[in-house]
Amino acid sequence: MSTELPVLSAKDFASDQDVRWCPGCGDYSILAQMKNVLASMGKKQEETVFISGIGCSSRFPYYMNTYGLHSIHGRAPAFATGLKSTRPELDVWVITGDGDALSIGGNHFIHLIRRNVDLNIILFNNSIYGLTKGQYSPTSKVGTKTKSTPMGSIDQPLNPLSVAIAAEASFVARSVDSNVKHLRTTLQRASEHRGTSFVEVYQNCNIFNDGVWDYAKAKATKDESTVELEHGKPLIYAKGNKGIRLNGFAPETVDLDGKIAQDDLLFHDEKLESPQLAYLLSRMRHPEFPEPIGVFRAVDRPTYDSQINAQVDFAREKNSRGDLKTLFNSGDTWTV
Amino acid sequence: MTSSAELFPPTKKPAESVSGVTVRLAGDSGDGMQLLGTQLTNTSALSGNDVATFPDFPAEIRAPRGTRAGVSGFQVQFSAEEIFTPGDGVDTLVCMNPAALITNIGDLRRGGILIVNSDGFGAKDLKLAKLDSNPLEDGTIEGFRTIKVPMTTMTRGAVEPTGLSVKFADRCKNFFAMGLVFWLYGRDVEPTLRFIENKFSGKPDIAEANRLALMAGWNYGETTENFASTFLVPAADLEQGVYKNVMGNQALAWGLIAAAELSGKELFLGSYPITPASDILHELSKHKNFGVRTFQAEDEIAAVCSAVGAALGGSMAITTSSGPGIALKGEGIGLGLILELPFLIIDVQRGGPSTGLPTKTEQSDLLMVMHGRNGDSPLPVIAAQSPADCFNVAIEAWKIATKYMTPVFILSDGYIANGSEPWKIPDVDALEKIEINHPGPRAEDDPPFMPYSRDENLARPWALPGTPGLMHRVGGLEKQDGTGNVSYDPDNHQYMVETRAKKVELVAESIGDAEVFGKSRGTLVLSWGGTYGACRTAVKTALADGVEVGHVHLRWINPFPANLENLLGQYDNVLIPELNTGQLRLLIKDKFLTNAIGLNKIKGKPFHVSEIVGKIKELSNG
Repeated sequence: MSTELPVLSAKDFASDQDVRWCPGCGDYSILAQMKNVLASMGKKQEETVFISGIGCSSRFPYYMNTYGLHSIHGRAPAFATGLKSTRPELDVWVITGDGDALSIGGNHFIHLIRRNVDLNIILFNNSIYGLTKGQYSPTSKVGTKTKSTPMGSIDQPLNPLSVAIAAEASFVARSVDSNVKHLRTTLQRASEHRGTSFVEVYQNCNIFNDGVWDYAKAKATKDESTVELEHGKPLIYAKGNKGIRLNGFAPETVDLDGKIAQDDLLFHDEKLESPQLAYLLSRMRHPEFPEPIGVFRAVDRPTYDSQINAQVDFAREKNSRGDLKTLFNSGDTWTV
Repeated sequence: MTSSAELFPPTKKPAESVSGVTVRLAGDSGDGMQLLGTQLTNTSALSGNDVATFPDFPAEIRAPRGTRAGVSGFQVQFSAEEIFTPGDGVDTLVCMNPAALITNIGDLRRGGILIVNSDGFGAKDLKLAKLDSNPLEDGTIEGFRTIKVPMTTMTRGAVEPTGLSVKFADRCKNFFAMGLVFWLYGRDVEPTLRFIENKFSGKPDIAEANRLALMAGWNYGETTENFASTFLVPAADLEQGVYKNVMGNQALAWGLIAAAELSGKELFLGSYPITPASDILHELSKHKNFGVRTFQAEDEIAAVCSAVGAALGGSMAITTSSGPGIALKGEGIGLGLILELPFLIIDVQRGGPSTGLPTKTEQSDLLMVMHGRNGDSPLPVIAAQSPADCFNVAIEAWKIATKYMTPVFILSDGYIANGSEPWKIPDVDALEKIEINHPGPRAEDDPPFMPYSRDENLARPWALPGTPGLMHRVGGLEKQDGTGNVSYDPDNHQYMVETRAKKVELVAESIGDAEVFGKSRGTLVLSWGGTYGACRTAVKTALADGVEVGHVHLRWINPFPANLENLLGQYDNVLIPELNTGQLRLLIKDKFLTNAIGLNKIKGKPFHVSEIVGKIKELSNG
């Protein structure tokens, strides 16, 4: 056997299963970038585990030549927590959708994030239920007409990033399925972060909700309607013609026509301990604002998996390794 | 330092030897009756008696003081003979207030000793208990040997030297009652003095007050003319060995730890707090030095799912709950079943349906654990028969789970979980190892790994993430046999459903035959779970009365032992006593077409032996 480490290519991360998403689905692009990122980061197939719930996106693990668990609806975070807490050396990814993570799995989603288990959540947000053939989702805008809401949906949608930030997320990012370079960078950043990394990906469902993210994807509009976040840099978009400035506590868009200095703009700082800025950015929605993409927040916080294992180590140091004889004979005993 | 024998001098009164005694302690939830009961139990066990206990407390932490709803009770039987229940009739009842008296007096046998805190029977106390007249004066206590003790006054007097406020002094009165009861039965105070020392190590004044109250109670017994004699319960003739008094949940936790050690695994518990299962979580979380990881999940669903995740990673994974929680876990258990991963699901049953009776016992989850999942989804089910038995059940369940690669259900109940009995500490070196094999790495030119290939037990390989060459994907969609790939093939689905069922049936080869106690003709008492003690005692009693009766106790309910059908055929009658409306009876009738007769109690309380004896006699005379 050669002692040289084999260098894996993106192809090595593809399983032998036929991919069964609809032709033209945004999931294909995410799958491709994931394989690229894992290969480029030198990850090992056997040390990588993909865990998903239910929905179109959740078929993802079947297509990766890694370990995988296609679990039950909404619960992927709980399976992942159990696995990562006991096998902290594994590289664990949770693949989920807007219905899976925010409706049926909303509880697990926030608790995984607050615990800061060292894994990555990739939420494929297409604002629709695809696999059940087209009902509105918890990220669908009010008034969305679907099979289950013929007169339009009436419930206020959730903002996935705002929810994650409120749940004490240590890493929050957003990307777009068709922006492959940005997506690749974002996935890599998520992987590098220690703690729960949450990435929302705008993903197009060309069957049931085609064009929902067109403003952020189409060549003609994306520069005007998205702003790429860079740590330590001012928020500038529309090919350098516009910027975001703070007016009191609220952001406002300004034209960079020479009257406004760059220093007056809002500068991004992903490392701020306080989540206010990340939250403010998460509230900037189309069409009032360009929607930020990139890393909103990346702060250091102790992880659940390292701490649960540290407690075991500490207990073994303090009380010595468990011994059944000692345990059974502890407390009051008597001899017959 | 003065020795405890000087402070608690042995009685000079005559001691009457009795074979066994049942004592019940009843008071307000805040009166410390559970503590008193635990101390009496431990000290009786230490003096060599066989013991069995039954704590009975309200679901509310502090129900309104002095009310009937707030009454907390603890019953213990200690005996010179082998016993299986906390006793039917109460020999000595201690009551701290009118509510406790009125709700418990019905169980005190005629001529029994009633010790009351006479300071607790004022007009206000009577009103709180919704009583128009004082039961100490209106004839309620006629026929009992009543001893009225002004415990509150005497406790206050006793603890005065510590300078504690009245509020704190009054909290010591359970130790006064304890001192009196200990004196009455000649119990050793040493273990309780040690307990006080440890428990109140940071509060020397409280410790001293409790010691003084204990001593005052002891001396009161010796001084008062109300007691002419004390009672002596000689040591029981138990099997030789070192013993320890254990509660069911504790024994279960220790059994789980032992199973993990015996199989070379580290233990992961995913759990959500619920009565009466939480003590397993509490106990396990104390033993992290065994490599135990406990995860208090956000809900019951996350608890079971985290266990499945840990099982996927190769841990000994467990989830614990009670009925309402198990109902929520159904889908996650189903996934574990189709993944064919070993893990344990523990249901400590309580009264249902819905929230039901959280602190009361029942056996009404049997059909849920048998059938409460979507699809055809059988799982092995084992039930503990007593507090100490929980230890063995945990080990046995883990052996089956890993041998057959399947989740296994363990059933306990509130009666077992909180009850206690002597446990013969096993010889650790003699405990059988549990062998588990994980497939090793594969090279690229090896034949492809088949995650759903099967061995002679139909078990699939437990391949762990991190192993090179074994990468595979599993999930809730139907699997192709062998490859484990998603398959919608009709024949494969039928094959897989039948194979998973067959695997559970195969477990019968590993669990041994059912054994008959008593006669092999006449009436058969068939039982499972926590009713073991009442059924065994009832059958013993009926046998002694010349009735032709046998007892078969089921440890495994799925699958049934292979010889059960033959056994059933040997009897004229099959009686199935259950704390439900007849769930085992339904399974037995379905499987064997046996005309079994039920004895069904759904009161949140365990059987009285006499209830079962009565039914046995009714059947054998019929």
